[in-house]
Amino acid sequence: MNVRRLLDRESVLAPLLLLPVVLYVVLFIGFPFVMSFVYSISNVTVGNPDFRVTGLGNFREILADKVFQKSLLNTFIFTFVSVGLVLVFAHALAEILIRDFRGKWLVRFLIMLPWTAPIALGSIGFLWFLDSLFSPLDWLLRAVGLLGKPGALFGPMSNLYWFGRPDLAMAAVIGVHVWRLLPLATVILIAGLNSIPKEITEAAQMDGAGYFRRLFQINLPLLFPVIGVSILFATFFTFTDMTVVWVLTKGGPPPHSTQVLASLAFLKGIQGGDLAQGAAVALFFFPVLAGIAAIVLRLVKKAVVI
Amino acid sequence: MLKKILSKAGFCGGLAFFIVFSASPFYIMLITMFKKSHDLFNPTNNPFILNEPFTAEHVKLLFTQTLYTTFLLNTLYVGVAVVLITVALSVPAAFSLARIAGRWGENLGIGIFLTYLIPPTLLFIPLSRIISVLGLQNSLWSLVLVYPTFTVPFCTWLLMSFIKSIPREIEEQALIDGCSRLGALVKVILPLSVPGIITIIVFAFTLVANEYIYALAFIQDSAKKTIGIGLTTELVRGDVFYWGALMGGALIASIPVALLYTFFLDRIISGLAMGTVRR
Repeated sequence: MNVRRLLDRESVLAPLLLLPVVLYVVLFIGFPFVMSFVYSISNVTVGNPDFRVTGLGNFREILADKVFQKSLLNTFIFTFVSVGLVLVFAHALAEILIRDFRGKWLVRFLIMLPWTAPIALGSIGFLWFLDSLFSPLDWLLRAVGLLGKPGALFGPMSNLYWFGRPDLAMAAVIGVHVWRLLPLATVILIAGLNSIPKEITEAAQMDGAGYFRRLFQINLPLLFPVIGVSILFATFFTFTDMTVVWVLTKGGPPPHSTQVLASLAFLKGIQGGDLAQGAAVALFFFPVLAGIAAIVLRLVKKAVVI
Repeated sequence: MLKKILSKAGFCGGLAFFIVFSASPFYIMLITMFKKSHDLFNPTNNPFILNEPFTAEHVKLLFTQTLYTTFLLNTLYVGVAVVLITVALSVPAAFSLARIAGRWGENLGIGIFLTYLIPPTLLFIPLSRIISVLGLQNSLWSLVLVYPTFTVPFCTWLLMSFIKSIPREIEEQALIDGCSRLGALVKVILPLSVPGIITIIVFAFTLVANEYIYALAFIQDSAKKTIGIGLTTELVRGDVFYWGALMGGALIASIPVALLYTFFLDRIISGLAMGTVRR
């Protein structure tokens, strides 16, 4: 049979065009994904390539590990606090950016920078911004009298030593996550706000509904799916991230004050060479990711695909 | 009248707050890269302005004494290679999913999108083993091979929704005029998909410039590093931070990526929001 004729049949053409992607995804996403489960119940290390299934020992060991418990707790704290703050800020910012004004493209470019610029590079900026001696933020606090004088709000020392104190290091990591995710959530919310028909808002205004009444009874209910999407993605990006923590603190200050699951998996699996334990730590992402995937799946099935 | 002024003041205040919040780290980078070291390392000097005449010494150090240009070029090479692979894989698949494959195609499309939700931080341990079995540690090829794991699923999805928005009638007309099924795809749908394809090219490239974890796990050799890990590991020697050069390096690499991304921002994010947000 003629090749051209064969290619004209949809039952041949469709799988043929899909084959490369499916092969790649199975080999480089599916296979390693399965392997991370297999590794987690084995004794595999970088130095010891022979491979024995050892059962749930790795999980028992890490669950009893104080460092792991701290990392798990930190991961959840960072995610919840960051996502909460992002939502509040994003709503305010979306209300501002939805208006028309002169120079909007420049304002938009500046405000989107934390999301559009590579996050490792943005985090480098914060290394200096929160430096132990030369921090511009500390300088500003000193200049307005909140730091470096007896009785000042942030204490009499000349610096806050952001990455030297557990509470401040955690605040810094959360701050950078909020900084980074704000533009993403804002753009999603703006698209949602734009899709609310103007007539509804106007009718409510005519009927005398004030700002907060409109916010809670019109905007928020109508924005619900869009807010859901921002929560999902903000959660996903914070929960699984290790770049911010790695660049800012490497999990420090000791003992593991800002360690998260991802950075702990890296420490154990790559730097320590214990692939099995590293994989077991990383697998703790799985329940949350499966939850996100299930919600995404429902949203996709319902959504009008553009 | 008073209400109007108050609302205007609130608007301007809010706008100013968010601009300062978002852009100040980049502003600090800009100032720091041109500051004289003498000015920079005096904690009583105002860090937000140049207290002494500007200097290009840090920028010169960055480009002549460090591997900065190598990092940039490495990122560029990997970026171009990954973009090519992504386009080669995603374009045919998106055509097929959007136009030919019916119900099962839709499910497969969703399946491919869902693999985007398996993060690098879950895959990097098994992948590091695969890379070492293939003998690709310390090679840029390891990144070229692995980066499509996060570009392909999303780009296929994005392009699929884009092609779905092209009216079917145009293609049907071509079929009536005697085009073959593949011919109609190549001659009619492909030219109309160019904006979508440009979007995935830009997006894949910015994702490569953003990537940190795989590069950190696979590359140890200084001359093979990409921009993110290169800056954070090579410009800090022992306890000495080359602050001026570090800030300059971060800023110079950020701006082109950010400009590219901003241009396609709405389209990329509406893809991310999976159609719950209309363009």
